[in-house]
Amino acid sequence: MDNKLLLSISPHVHKGESISRIIWLVFFSLLPVGVAGIFIFGPRALWLIVACIVTAIATEAIILLLRHKKVTIIDGSAALTGLLLAYNLPSSLPIWMACVGSFFAIAVVKQAFGGLGRNIFNPALAARAFLLIAWSKYMVNFTQPICTWAGFTRPFAYPDSVTCATPLALLKEGKAEGIYQMGINYLDLFLGNRPGCIGEVCIVLLLAGALFLLWRKIISWHIPLSFIFSLGLLTWFWGGSQIGKADVLLSLLSGGVVLGAFFMATDYVTSPLTRKGQLIFGFGCGLLTFIIRKWGGYPEGVSFAILMMNGAVPLLDRFCSPRIYGHLTRGRRHSV
Amino acid sequence: MKGLLKEFSKGIFRENPIFVIALGLCPALAVSVSLENALGMGLAATFVLVCSNFIISGIRDIVPSQIRIPCFIVVIASFVTIVELLMAAFSPQLAKQLGIFVPLIVVNCIILGRAESFASKNRILPSILDGLGMGLGFTLALSFVAVIRELFGSGEILGFAVNKAYLPATIMILPPGALLTLGMLIGLTNLIKSRSRK
Repeated sequence: MDNKLLLSISPHVHKGESISRIIWLVFFSLLPVGVAGIFIFGPRALWLIVACIVTAIATEAIILLLRHKKVTIIDGSAALTGLLLAYNLPSSLPIWMACVGSFFAIAVVKQAFGGLGRNIFNPALAARAFLLIAWSKYMVNFTQPICTWAGFTRPFAYPDSVTCATPLALLKEGKAEGIYQMGINYLDLFLGNRPGCIGEVCIVLLLAGALFLLWRKIISWHIPLSFIFSLGLLTWFWGGSQIGKADVLLSLLSGGVVLGAFFMATDYVTSPLTRKGQLIFGFGCGLLTFIIRKWGGYPEGVSFAILMMNGAVPLLDRFCSPRIYGHLTRGRRHSV
Repeated sequence: MKGLLKEFSKGIFRENPIFVIALGLCPALAVSVSLENALGMGLAATFVLVCSNFIISGIRDIVPSQIRIPCFIVVIASFVTIVELLMAAFSPQLAKQLGIFVPLIVVNCIILGRAESFASKNRILPSILDGLGMGLGFTLALSFVAVIRELFGSGEILGFAVNKAYLPATIMILPPGALLTLGMLIGLTNLIKSRSRK
């Protein structure tokens, strides 16, 4: 008999979307940024990206085999984790450290908690935090871009060296007051002509990828906008030497905020389910980022902020659980 | 005789204080930075555990049950003071490294737990063997965590460099490394236990 009579539970209207399709769309929306990163920081960036993705996929496959589960590396979640981790690394990092980080992301942060959909923390960010604490000297070793949109600044024969501080580190250490003392302008920040992690520098392509995801309704505006808005507001108010004197645009463009807000904080598994929860989540990320940047030991706090808010997600989901149909809003709350 | 041996051996793996009962985690996390510290701490705790189990088992019939906890604490604290003074006299460097965690053996959950749940209800010989087994189990677990942390966190074993080219992962000798290692080892213990039950 043909399957003409399909019996299934609601909902009956289906968009044809699947987990792996969404993950691969996010992956491809991030690829232009990687190409720009390789263009800016040279071939080393490519090797780091490849090493991270290969290690992540291999680790996932081996652990799933050991756990006697179906090997689902084709869904792309491990590849996306590897890609995101590589985007969060400086291009001068030794390849084997990137591999250790990628292994940690999949083995400890993801599979030890039960695999896809069960992890509490964003694997790529947790691996970045792990690497930052484990080999901090190598993780803050940022290099000058080799190549800018105006042409090569250094010949390709010397791919490493020329270490320098990121704009945020300069601000933190008080070596620069504003953008003009750093020798760059806002256009440089937009195009990615500054030292930083591989995937965080090219803001234009990050925004293009984010717009694509917003257009395809894969991410919603709630987390990124509340994150960026709250960080901008706090920086504008308290960030500078005087109230209302800080350079908001500089602080939003120089760091991992755009990458973090659009691609890491919006991870389905580790962000709240409801719109209200997402707004609180984004605001918390912005607040924590600002606190770490202003008073913390590190110049950049996006990854730690998102990780801390990841930990608060179960609480937010409970707090923001929607009203059950037919129940009164007033009086005792009904938790689902 | 077989029963006595069982009292001794249960602390090593089947009821390991750290990996299975999950008691005394605070000193386990704090002093497992290096194997030397772990052995010092483990042996100090073992000594206190054996002696306090011996005394508490001996006085179990004359201690009123309403004030048994203060009595246990007095007994334990006396032995901890002995250990502390001995360590300061004969191994000042180790005493300095372990610092506050030697006096804190007084409130170590393993020692009070064994006093409450075993020594105060059993005869002297089983109590001593129970203390010895639990103490050795604690020392072994601590050393296990410490070897992993020292190896990856400073590239050394007992202070000797294993591979000079290795760049130590600082996170392993910091608190997150302790939690990660301990969590992984407890998971491994559960895995072994569930496999052996099948």
